Amino acid sequence: MNPAIKIDQLHKSFGTFEALKGIDLTIAQGEFFALLGPNGAGKSTLINLLAGLLQPTSGRLSVMGHDVQGDYRKARMALGVVPQELVFDPFFTVREMLRFQAGYFGRGRENDAWVDEVIESLGLTDKAHTNMRRLSGGMKRRALIAQALAHKPPVLVLDEPTAGVDVELRQMLWAFIRRLNQEGMTIILTTHYLEEAETLCSRVAMLKQGRIVALDSTDNLLNRVPGKQLRLKLDPPRVPVALQEYIRSQEGGHVTLALSDPARLEFVMAQLREAGVRVEDIEMLEADLEDVFMEIVRQ
Amino acid sequence: MTGLWTLFKKEILRFWKVSFQTVAAPVITALLYLLIFSHVLESHVKVYDELSYTAFLIPGLMMMSLLQNAFANSSSSLIQAKVMGNIVFLLLTPLAYWEVFVAFLAAAIIRGLVVGCCVWLVALFWVDLPVTHPLLILAFAVLGGGFLGALGIIAGIWAEKFDQMAAFQNFIIMPLSFLSGVFYSIHSLPPFWQKVSHLNPFFYMIDGFRYGFFGRGDIDPAWSLSIVGASFLAISLLTLHLLKIGYKLRG
Repeated sequence: MNPAIKIDQLHKSFGTFEALKGIDLTIAQGEFFALLGPNGAGKSTLINLLAGLLQPTSGRLSVMGHDVQGDYRKARMALGVVPQELVFDPFFTVREMLRFQAGYFGRGRENDAWVDEVIESLGLTDKAHTNMRRLSGGMKRRALIAQALAHKPPVLVLDEPTAGVDVELRQMLWAFIRRLNQEGMTIILTTHYLEEAETLCSRVAMLKQGRIVALDSTDNLLNRVPGKQLRLKLDPPRVPVALQEYIRSQEGGHVTLALSDPARLEFVMAQLREAGVRVEDIEMLEADLEDVFMEIVRQ
Repeated sequence: MTGLWTLFKKEILRFWKVSFQTVAAPVITALLYLLIFSHVLESHVKVYDELSYTAFLIPGLMMMSLLQNAFANSSSSLIQAKVMGNIVFLLLTPLAYWEVFVAFLAAAIIRGLVVGCCVWLVALFWVDLPVTHPLLILAFAVLGGGFLGALGIIAGIWAEKFDQMAAFQNFIIMPLSFLSGVFYSIHSLPPFWQKVSHLNPFFYMIDGFRYGFFGRGDIDPAWSLSIVGASFLAISLLTLHLLKIGYKLRG
């Protein structure tokens, strides 16, 4: 079986700026995959190269076994892309737009049932005959996702789909996307909400300055940050010298310490007692993807 | 071919939905030219022996409107999609570069023909034009519309802002169409300006088109048809090349 996405030694430069510095990545069919990274890491460049909106400086990309450059028709047929910006065609209604979009991909009347299903699943039924211009931001976001799905692609790429979207819509979107994934669609997601990636995605790639700095299953990445975190409220808010090396963050009266082993708790408490610092509140936290992300970005 | 057909249909619907602006407005403009110029010049200008100035003017106005609107259709569609950002929906599709070209070009020609025909219909109130060579009329209309439609695609690809597009329209399209013999026969010009007019492809489009109605023009229509045909071919090849390499569309 062909991988959904295969990228070999991909380089992309804009003038003298090297946006991607040799990306190798394979994503299997049916994966729910997250692409994470700080702003400017190269996530959108990578997606635009995959979609054929940019041309690589060197290297190869394929979608479902079809080369993005050489066999672009089949590669694009296999791909649905939800762009990051809220772009829309102001001349048409939601349904007209979706029918056109499906038509560009060679789909005719037989595809109308699928278009209706997408409209309904995304809660756009009431707005199907409304001009795109008149939709609210949230509705435009749904219409964008519907447009990417209009031709029923086996691979769906979502570039920051929940930026500026309220909680209710976000949950509805994820329930829908999850269903598509369960039905076999490969989902590739870039997001700033790391908890989304953590709960949804089985595998994660982290990008930094045009390179993949981590590529692993979500579970393995979470295990990278060892042990637990201890969040304390101290009075006076002073951390003894012996504990300084464990500090992860400090704000106001709260301090968060990273412990490689929960048994170190006793040592911490002993040090605090010795220094005459009183513990007003205590909380044990699990490491999350954000910690992994911060850890890797820091390196 | 479903993809090409869909894009063509969308481009037609796009101007049809705002036909007040894309069809009615240019017809009114042409009508105003007709009223003013025919009123002022009818008794002063004699173009060909037995032909009234108003009759002479109408095919020129038809063709000028046709050309300007063919250009406006493809150029405005592209620049709007680029500025709004929705051009990605076209770039993400498996449509080949030549399919995009054919769809935009065909829609541009259709808009030009619709506007040209409407000018003709309205002008029937003033003069019933003779139709001497209908095929020649059609050939010049389609080739001229095609030339400007392709030029519109190039302008749409090249321009990044609306004011760049306005500059293209005001500094290239308008002077070429006004100085092409719409309002006068170039034989009335001094020899130097006659020569300059021969460098303007719009002149051949309008003179050949007019020949189709009256059976007479400033130059041989076969010559005009060859030049217009060759110009159309050349600009089409250039447009196809730009679309193929993704000039300013795929970075």
